[in-house]
Amino acid sequence: MCLGVPGKVVEVFEEHGLRMARVDFGGVTRRACLEYMPDAGLGDYVIIHVGFAISKVDEEEARRVFEFLAEMGDLREAGIPGGATP
Amino acid sequence: MAVSPEDFTCPVLISDYPNVLLGHGSGGKMTARLIAGLFLPSFANPALAALNDQAVVEWDGTRIAITTDSFVVSPLFFPGGDIGSLAVNGTVNDLAVGGAIPMWIAVAFILEEGLPMADLERIVRSTAAAAEAAGVTLVTGDTKVVDRGKGDGIFITTTGVGIVPAGVSLSADRCRPGDRILLSGPIGVHGVAIMSVREGIEFETEMGSDTAPLTGLTRVMLEAAGGPEGGDGPSTSGGRHAQPSSPSVDRAGIRCMRDPTRGGLSSALNEIAQASGVGMLLDEGAIEVPDAVRGACEMLGLDPLYVANEGVLVAIVAPEAADRVLEAMRSHPLGGRAALIGEVVSEHSGIVALRSAVGGTRVVDMLAGEQLPRIC
Amino acid sequence: MRFVDEYRDADAARALVGLLARRVTRPWTVMEVCGGQTHTIVKFGIDELLARGVELVHGPGCPVCVTPLELVDKAVAIASTPGVIFCSFGDMLRVPGSSRDLLAVKAAGGDVRIVYSPMDCLKIARENPDRRVVFFAVGFETTAPANAMVVWQARRLAVPNFSVLVSHVLVPPAMEAILSSPASRVQGFLAAGHVCTVMGYEEYEPLAERYRAPIVVTGFEPLDILQGLYMLLGQLEDGRCEVENQYSRSVLREGCLPARRQIAEVFEVCDRKWRGIGEIPLSGYRLRPEYRAFDAESLFDVGAIEVAESPACRAGEVLQGLIKPNQCEAFGTLCTPERPLGATMVSSEGACAAYYHYGRFREAAPSRR
Repeated sequence: MCLGVPGKVVEVFEEHGLRMARVDFGGVTRRACLEYMPDAGLGDYVIIHVGFAISKVDEEEARRVFEFLAEMGDLREAGIPGGATP
Repeated sequence: MAVSPEDFTCPVLISDYPNVLLGHGSGGKMTARLIAGLFLPSFANPALAALNDQAVVEWDGTRIAITTDSFVVSPLFFPGGDIGSLAVNGTVNDLAVGGAIPMWIAVAFILEEGLPMADLERIVRSTAAAAEAAGVTLVTGDTKVVDRGKGDGIFITTTGVGIVPAGVSLSADRCRPGDRILLSGPIGVHGVAIMSVREGIEFETEMGSDTAPLTGLTRVMLEAAGGPEGGDGPSTSGGRHAQPSSPSVDRAGIRCMRDPTRGGLSSALNEIAQASGVGMLLDEGAIEVPDAVRGACEMLGLDPLYVANEGVLVAIVAPEAADRVLEAMRSHPLGGRAALIGEVVSEHSGIVALRSAVGGTRVVDMLAGEQLPRIC
Repeated sequence: MRFVDEYRDADAARALVGLLARRVTRPWTVMEVCGGQTHTIVKFGIDELLARGVELVHGPGCPVCVTPLELVDKAVAIASTPGVIFCSFGDMLRVPGSSRDLLAVKAAGGDVRIVYSPMDCLKIARENPDRRVVFFAVGFETTAPANAMVVWQARRLAVPNFSVLVSHVLVPPAMEAILSSPASRVQGFLAAGHVCTVMGYEEYEPLAERYRAPIVVTGFEPLDILQGLYMLLGQLEDGRCEVENQYSRSVLREGCLPARRQIAEVFEVCDRKWRGIGEIPLSGYRLRPEYRAFDAESLFDVGAIEVAESPACRAGEVLQGLIKPNQCEAFGTLCTPERPLGATMVSSEGACAAYYHYGRFREAAPSRR
């Protein structure tokens, strides 16, 4: 269900008393409500669902799957995004 | 209250629709059903039955291509173009992908009372400029005005006439297993540019529509394809000669071309696969989707394969001609990013399949109606 | 796109598929709860990459699919009312009611608009003070914060011409309904990553324990699904039944607290009907009494609409994992994406539509597996 797409906060502003942001999705930007993510700021990646940020992407946790694969020795060093490079 | 099976009537049975729905104009399955169920039987003739983007008729030894298209785009002005340039390019491209040289166009304007004269002037200037750029002469036209509220500012219908050079005969029913599928450039650009300014879902992007006349591109492709090994006409298998009277059916290694506008790449390829009774296997990684198109589609839950294009064409080419044609495409400014995206196969006839980025395979079906933004 | 592209990496996916194949020693039946996960699975052909014997059952996690027929009928009735602007997410427009869908209302002259965000409706309401603007507030827990915010904001800004038709459903009660069904074949769950992003996963812990069913909170990209399956099948192989979190880049155990507070401010838990399944106790939200002024169901007097569903449609059994979509007699014949009987054929991620779009190929080329 629930399409949630990671995007980067490129502007923060207030509108009708709500904390709002412009969020960039790989070259297109759209307004989103940041009210539920009080500590998300410029440059942070947030997951947007129907115009609302519902989480801030934890960059360290985001590498987990690649670290796991590296541990299992199932990934050749080269060419794995997020694996070798931090 | 209980519903017994006899009482049950399917709410969206096409033939039972009491009203026309937007989906009937989406270019997907609903449109196809409307054409097959109402228009084809009513207007039955062989030129129409070929169901190509243009009809080719012969008179006194000359083969003439004819096409017509109506433009109802909203908003009238969008990043990268407007309804005027779109109306010319769309019709020119329907001729060009049939292998024809576009020559003349007719234009009909349906204006809504109250349309600002400045907007009309701007659209007319853009129409004229597009015609000149595409090398066609606008030779006749018509103007009607409807009451305020009965039109969306302006609707434009363009009709184009072109000449099909000797030896060129392209048709969607000529594809065979082993043929290569070539795509001239990145997909989804026009559709996303339009969506970005559409009420309710608007977003910001620097990307403009890719609307452009494809005549130059199709000319270099046809020249490259009509190469040295021409004249193997009799090799056409399966007895499906679209143009029995045309000379050397296979001289050009290009079987058919389409500009995948409304309904996107998937609809164009599904139509061809069904017309030829073949399957297709695409390689997802080879289909270029610009970042902004990806971003917009992820955000709205849409599939780029179903998003409209204007300055892009897809060609089905005989294997021996594929390299030459691809090279010729890449030599042209509109085909600089052309790519081999897949192959025609004998399996799963009428079905277009796609090998995904992670190695699984899926069916790329024709859209049922309009592609709607999803939440989920 | 960052945090998207890297999770679609072909080499990493292959590596995970290899690991999975080595981990699994016997057949298992697991359910991905969320329709978004179903969508990824069919779109990337993940099910055909899996080891023999691993069966994926597509769960009820598509809000469009489970919205009951009578609520669609209520939406149709409200949208047909003169002067109303009816706003909805795009995929609700094609859901068939008992006589017609919202697209048909639009075709007949109704002002039905697609919105991307509920907040857009509030803007429409403020721009059209002489019209009544109604938003079809469907969704799972993920969408509840957005829908709660718009109602809260409407009250705060005093927008009297705005109201919502609420059809909110909750995932854990549905999972429990499946687990407690004697016919259920599901041995473990991939839980819905975005629902848990909002609500956390504490609520799943007693479920896993009581029904001895492992649960892995899982994301939506191909690598997420594969890793989630690896974790889930690993638990089953080891005989464990814990709640694990694969989607840790977005999900905290307690969820998103500000969002949960806002939900609790505006909504209260109630019994809800699920299309194809029936009523599940305490499985949905309705507006709290202090927000009832924004409840379209009472404002438009459609509370009395009650309808039965098509007997030919076996969507309920599909949603519970009891049959595969193509085991329904109506599948692909009476019921297709252009002529859907049940909602599972409507949404592109409904189990039946997903099967229809992506599954036919496998029947056309059976030698591929």
